[in-house]
Amino acid sequence: MRRVYCDANATTPLLPEVVQAMHPFWMEQFGNASSIHLYGQQAHRAVNHARETLAQFFKCRDAEVVFNSGGTEGDNTAIFGLLRPGDHFITTSIEHSAVLRAAESVAKSGVEVTFVAPHPSGLIHPEDIESAKRPNTRLISVMLANNETGVLQPVEKIGKIASDAGAFFHIDAVQGAGKVELDVKRFGCHLLSISGHKMHAPKGMGAMYVRRGTPIAPMMVGGSHERRQRAGTENVPGIVGLGKAAELAMESLEDGAMIKLAELRDQLEAGILKIPGTRVNGGWEGQTRVPRTANTTNISFDNVEGEALVIALDLKGVAVSGGSACHSGSTEPSHVLMAMGLDKNAARASLRFSLMKTATEADIEHVLQVVPEAVERLRALSPVVAGTLG
Amino acid sequence: MTEPLTIAVAMSGGVDSSTVAAILAHGGDHVVGLTLHLWDQTRLAGKHGIPDAPKAGRCCSLDDVYDARKVAEHLGIPYYVVNQEERFERDVVRPFVDEYLAGRTPIPCSLCNNHLKFDQLLQTARSIGASRIATGHYAVNEFDPERGRWILKRPADLAKDQTYFLFGLTQEQLAHTLFPLGRLTKPEVRNVARQHGLRLAEKPDSQEICFIPGGDYKQFLTAYLEEQGQQFPETAGELVAASGQVLGHHDGISGFTVGQRKGIGVSSPTPLYVLQIDPTSHRVTVGADEELATRTLRARRLNWISIPELAAPMRVKIKIRHRHEPAWATLEPGNAGEAIATFDEPQRAVTPGQSAVFYDGDEVVGGGWIF
Repeated sequence: MRRVYCDANATTPLLPEVVQAMHPFWMEQFGNASSIHLYGQQAHRAVNHARETLAQFFKCRDAEVVFNSGGTEGDNTAIFGLLRPGDHFITTSIEHSAVLRAAESVAKSGVEVTFVAPHPSGLIHPEDIESAKRPNTRLISVMLANNETGVLQPVEKIGKIASDAGAFFHIDAVQGAGKVELDVKRFGCHLLSISGHKMHAPKGMGAMYVRRGTPIAPMMVGGSHERRQRAGTENVPGIVGLGKAAELAMESLEDGAMIKLAELRDQLEAGILKIPGTRVNGGWEGQTRVPRTANTTNISFDNVEGEALVIALDLKGVAVSGGSACHSGSTEPSHVLMAMGLDKNAARASLRFSLMKTATEADIEHVLQVVPEAVERLRALSPVVAGTLG
Repeated sequence: MTEPLTIAVAMSGGVDSSTVAAILAHGGDHVVGLTLHLWDQTRLAGKHGIPDAPKAGRCCSLDDVYDARKVAEHLGIPYYVVNQEERFERDVVRPFVDEYLAGRTPIPCSLCNNHLKFDQLLQTARSIGASRIATGHYAVNEFDPERGRWILKRPADLAKDQTYFLFGLTQEQLAHTLFPLGRLTKPEVRNVARQHGLRLAEKPDSQEICFIPGGDYKQFLTAYLEEQGQQFPETAGELVAASGQVLGHHDGISGFTVGQRKGIGVSSPTPLYVLQIDPTSHRVTVGADEELATRTLRARRLNWISIPELAAPMRVKIKIRHRHEPAWATLEPGNAGEAIATFDEPQRAVTPGQSAVFYDGDEVVGGGWIF
């Protein structure tokens, strides 16, 4: 059976170049980057080389790159590392749960938290951040790209608001990294988190931009790794893999791969929209197209139970998800789609297609052959009931 | 289009359904494992004495999903968890609570079988391209060409007979359901599980109501109503003898079940039993064991399996609770959609809210809800 993976926002495979780059660091150059001897020096050199690449990727200084375990750690570090009781924190209701749960946690210990809602397009309006400001606002955290809709948030404008307010600004760039150009100065952020496995680097590997002088308390203490910002022996193969993946991502951003990917996504979207009773979630504000990442589309199918459609498609070789992979098995429909104003049934009848940058026309054709059949069957089986089911 | 038969197996993480998956997966058909996630076991944990950490071996605990998934991986079949919490609460938990509050003794497993395990599962199975479902119930179903009907029969292992909970199955559901364990005994099933290398072959059976860990339904009612922001209804009232004589008072009717002996709260030289619960006057009638016995039973919301409908009086054996030995009776059509049975011998504690299932030999004739 032909299989097409359309769930790149959940995770991506390593690219061959990444595997190759990591290879020497498992068995030959296995040293601890903190050791004095040759082995240590080899590892240290590899880590520094990756750090330089990440600095180019973020457009920051080498010393402002901190390697960590991924997006959740970055998001948690920003929130727990900066906020103290009495502070005010602004974030949005469409963030990843790594931000939302951390926000709820600090709220319990006396931090005031404001969750700004998106417009129906999925876009956070900077004015809404502006009006949420208080004199004690210490941190603003907004994602660069939403994981479920792909909608890109106006981080530059929000960065300006943060700067005017004298607040720190953190960007969860997990879903944006590798798909749009990062530029921490243009964004005006103090902190920015990325995750390796969303951009063809290994799982359990991430990095964070920490602007020099940002008074962030480390979450992990111990040795003096990462300039005392993140203790723990460096994951050298992982760091090398992330460095290589960042290098390849910068190349893709330059050689037009994202434009090609957006064309494939649009082709897929147009094909699916030919099925009656379908619509795209997020992406239009009146007649204006809201910018999205090149690989993502989120589509509602009237009178279809999303969960059953995901299973039916999987059995036909098409891997998609009904929202965030981090929430599968839970009762609640997507908090992102609900925040955008969809009702429970519509939110549950929604699927996210997120393509890898290696997607081909043949992949799209296969998906467009399988999806309409599966939707038709589901609808034929439950003409009335579907949509009202739990 | 000729597609190979695809069978969706309802996997609970227990021995029975895991063995079903193993048998079918080795039989050459395409098998897909599904677990219905029906209830969040942590939802009311720790409230009003409900145990904190659900033990394994209970439906819908994370451990059971883990076990089911491991079996699917072992067998190399696709496996999915399907969330049906909302429907379960609407069609099983809420009616269960309402029945108790109305002074009846509900039986949630039959509701769950009717609404979730068969209706919903069959629909989910079809929507993912499966044409049959299979479950680990101990029952036999087969088509009788003479009568042109699907027949439900008691299984080889009568100690594990689950036909009492399956009386609500429609012809359509029976036609698309497989019960691969119907002709096996439990020890044989454990052996098959061992032969297939299933590590949970020795896992103990689950017995209690899956959404009531610890089995204390009063704790559950209190915690659930509190969560729903509802008052526990005030149903305190009189305890009376069959003669009408007031013997004392009680705190609420949901504490009583017909046939109950313990906790009545009235001292008497001979043991007293709950005979009747009146949800309107809140009066609970108590009396001696002999007074519990009745000859007649009325049932409604009927479903017929071996016959199209009950047109004339019929001799049947009737089972009025899970552990009841079926007793001879004459069954007659009553008012619209109702049936009246007259037992040959008076039966103890005919309890409103429970189901009555009618048997003709090994065959399930049909069944309904006692009222």
